[in-house]
Amino acid sequence: MKQASRMLLRNPGGMIGIAILVIAVAVAMFGPLLFPTSPWRMVQRPFLPPFTLSGFPLGTDALGRDVMAGIIYGARVSLLVGLISTLASLAVGIPLGATAGYFGGKVDDALMRFTEFFQTVPSFALAIVLVAIMQPSIVSIVAAIAIVSWPPVARLVRGEVLSLRTREYVQAAVVTGQTNWWIIWREILPNALSPVIVLASLMVATAILLESSLSFLGLGDPNLMSWGYMVGAGRTVIRQAWWITVFPGIAILVSVLALNLIGEGLNDALNPRLAKGGR
Amino acid sequence: MSKRKILMSLATMCVLSSAAMADGPKAGGVVNAVIQPEPPSLMIGLVQNGPTQMVAGNIYEGLLRYSPKLDPLPGLAESWSVSEDGKVYTFKLVKGVTWHDGKPFTSADVLFTIEFLKQTHARARGNLVQLDKVEAPDESTVAFTLKQPFGPFIGIFEVGSLPMIPKHIYEGTDFKTNPANNTPVGTGPFMFKEWQKGSFIHLVKNPNYHVKGKPNIDEIYWHVIPDAAARSVAYETGKVDVLPGGSVENFDVPRLSKLKNTCVTGAGWEFFSPHSWLWLNNRSGPTANKKFRQALMFAIDRNMAKDVVWNGLGKVATGPSGSAIKYYTGAVPKYDYDPAKAKALLKEAGYNGEKVRMLPLPYGETWQRWAEMVRQNLQDVGVNVEMIATDVPGWNQKVSEWDYDIAFTYLYQYGDPALGVGRNYVSSQIAKGSPFNNVEGYSNPEIDKLFADGAVAFPDAAREEIYAKAQKILVEDVPVAWMLELQFPTITRCSVKNLITTGIGVNDGFRDAWIEK
Repeated sequence: MKQASRMLLRNPGGMIGIAILVIAVAVAMFGPLLFPTSPWRMVQRPFLPPFTLSGFPLGTDALGRDVMAGIIYGARVSLLVGLISTLASLAVGIPLGATAGYFGGKVDDALMRFTEFFQTVPSFALAIVLVAIMQPSIVSIVAAIAIVSWPPVARLVRGEVLSLRTREYVQAAVVTGQTNWWIIWREILPNALSPVIVLASLMVATAILLESSLSFLGLGDPNLMSWGYMVGAGRTVIRQAWWITVFPGIAILVSVLALNLIGEGLNDALNPRLAKGGR
Repeated sequence: MSKRKILMSLATMCVLSSAAMADGPKAGGVVNAVIQPEPPSLMIGLVQNGPTQMVAGNIYEGLLRYSPKLDPLPGLAESWSVSEDGKVYTFKLVKGVTWHDGKPFTSADVLFTIEFLKQTHARARGNLVQLDKVEAPDESTVAFTLKQPFGPFIGIFEVGSLPMIPKHIYEGTDFKTNPANNTPVGTGPFMFKEWQKGSFIHLVKNPNYHVKGKPNIDEIYWHVIPDAAARSVAYETGKVDVLPGGSVENFDVPRLSKLKNTCVTGAGWEFFSPHSWLWLNNRSGPTANKKFRQALMFAIDRNMAKDVVWNGLGKVATGPSGSAIKYYTGAVPKYDYDPAKAKALLKEAGYNGEKVRMLPLPYGETWQRWAEMVRQNLQDVGVNVEMIATDVPGWNQKVSEWDYDIAFTYLYQYGDPALGVGRNYVSSQIAKGSPFNNVEGYSNPEIDKLFADGAVAFPDAAREEIYAKAQKILVEDVPVAWMLELQFPTITRCSVKNLITTGIGVNDGFRDAWIEK
């Protein structure tokens, strides 16, 4: 693991990704201290272009709200949604996939048919329907994203467990009489974790994109400022005021890119074959 | 007496036409307009939604038209008179009018229309409750006898409220399935030619129109363009010349109005006078407290909403009636933007930060921005607002079931407080399951009595006094928070002249319009 993190730090793409992410997290955590006024507050004249007034570097939107403040507060929502919904889908996907892969047979069949049931429905369409039914709020959005994004986790974990459970050390554990759950927890999962970590980092990126798309369509939490909301609200006035959409758009792009770079870097670092070459 | 009326109306017509002469109307030309959304049908007797009225108002006609001040103008009736006791309305029809298929229009058609609309037109049915009988002494005279004097009666003859229906086509048929519904036949200045669903509706000039020399325009194409941005572009590229009110987003209006040869007007909605307000749930929660409701009125910056969200269009509403509505009075308590006063009132009301649920109207970006602005206004004075996101069916359901604290809405007023205002405040109109009328649950016996009396009081001066009193009481009580008198700007090329001359604007406007070459 130590080696892996050293590998990651040596990977320039991964480094850039981590740097950006650290900045984004710092902004999300400490930004509101610098911008204590609510991002919804109308502070200047509407449609103030960027770089004209020192207090409002990114200009104001259609109601005179500070775009910079919106991006800072939006970082909170986007990162939070990305993180929590990923954790939630891992919490569903890992046990399900592990159970299916370890026990095989009918259990596997049943669980995988259940998973496929979710996979056959286009995930974004399903997310829209779920949010619309549950009424848009931060909880329903996180739930919807988690519900549409756990199946790949389950399949991945199942595949890993399937191959690991035939290994000798696992069979040795079986012979020593350890319980199934203990074996899964102590012997198999730790060894199946690296691809899951890579997948998770990409899932955070996808979740941010999903949340942005939902907000863009007007299905965001109306009480929280998010990047997707800003793009969606600014879209209609893009011909008069490009900056309202462009800056939050860049924020989405950069943070998703950063997470992808980290995912790539992790992939390289955790891949034993590549790791061997590097040694 | 009726002779004098005829002379008067003839004189008006002369003045109107000579005024037109002075402008030098030119005959000919084609107009391309936008219609949004595509109407479900053009048979105005069966369907009365906005786009239907807008297109079909140029095909069909009513007995009267209305000036921007809502005074009656001759339509299919050249003159009219009211008996001394206010109970008999006698109309003299224009002679020699024919339907588009050549059959003559007579008083028999009027009698038939009344029966027809009672079956198909909910608002007309309501308008006609006071009607005792309608008779046709001869081919060109119709007399309506009322059960008791009903002042607003003279205001119900506009083409969308009481369109004339051809008896020879509909008599003895099933109205809803009559194949003629697809090829509407009226008496109006334009005739139906072709409708390519999803693309355009084509109207052509009625060569036998009963007003000599009209219409000037040869053809109208109403284009169906589903996307708001695409409608703006269609105007910019010259594909269409007329954007009726509401067909482009508000924030596009300033940009479009700066284009060359472009004229913008807010006129032409006086009859409808769309009036916006916030439903405040008078039954429960903080909004049940009158002081809290008054605090909301002081807390909301309505001028800013007008300037920023509506681009300066419209007017701050002073009370339940729009300023174009009959018997409107501005002599009522004023609620100017005053956060300090709002805070003081909230304190008096004993408000302690309970959550207040607010429903925006899910009609697009403008309404969303407006709700965000109001939320900010309210949060500034310490009201704990939670915005609930809904779609149109969800909004309808929540409002109908009284499951809200604050909800945005706007409604038409139809010129007279008895037709479009009273319904929102009298307790007999409290009915769960409808998103219209008295949704807020305001109940005040004094107001009930005033509106009941006002509808049937006679003469007009008596009504005026009653409604002034009602407005004063309502504004003091704040059953709902009145926001703006909305204006939906009509954008046209300046070369399209004289399009908006009446209180319903584009809906019957192409009769008098002409194109400058």
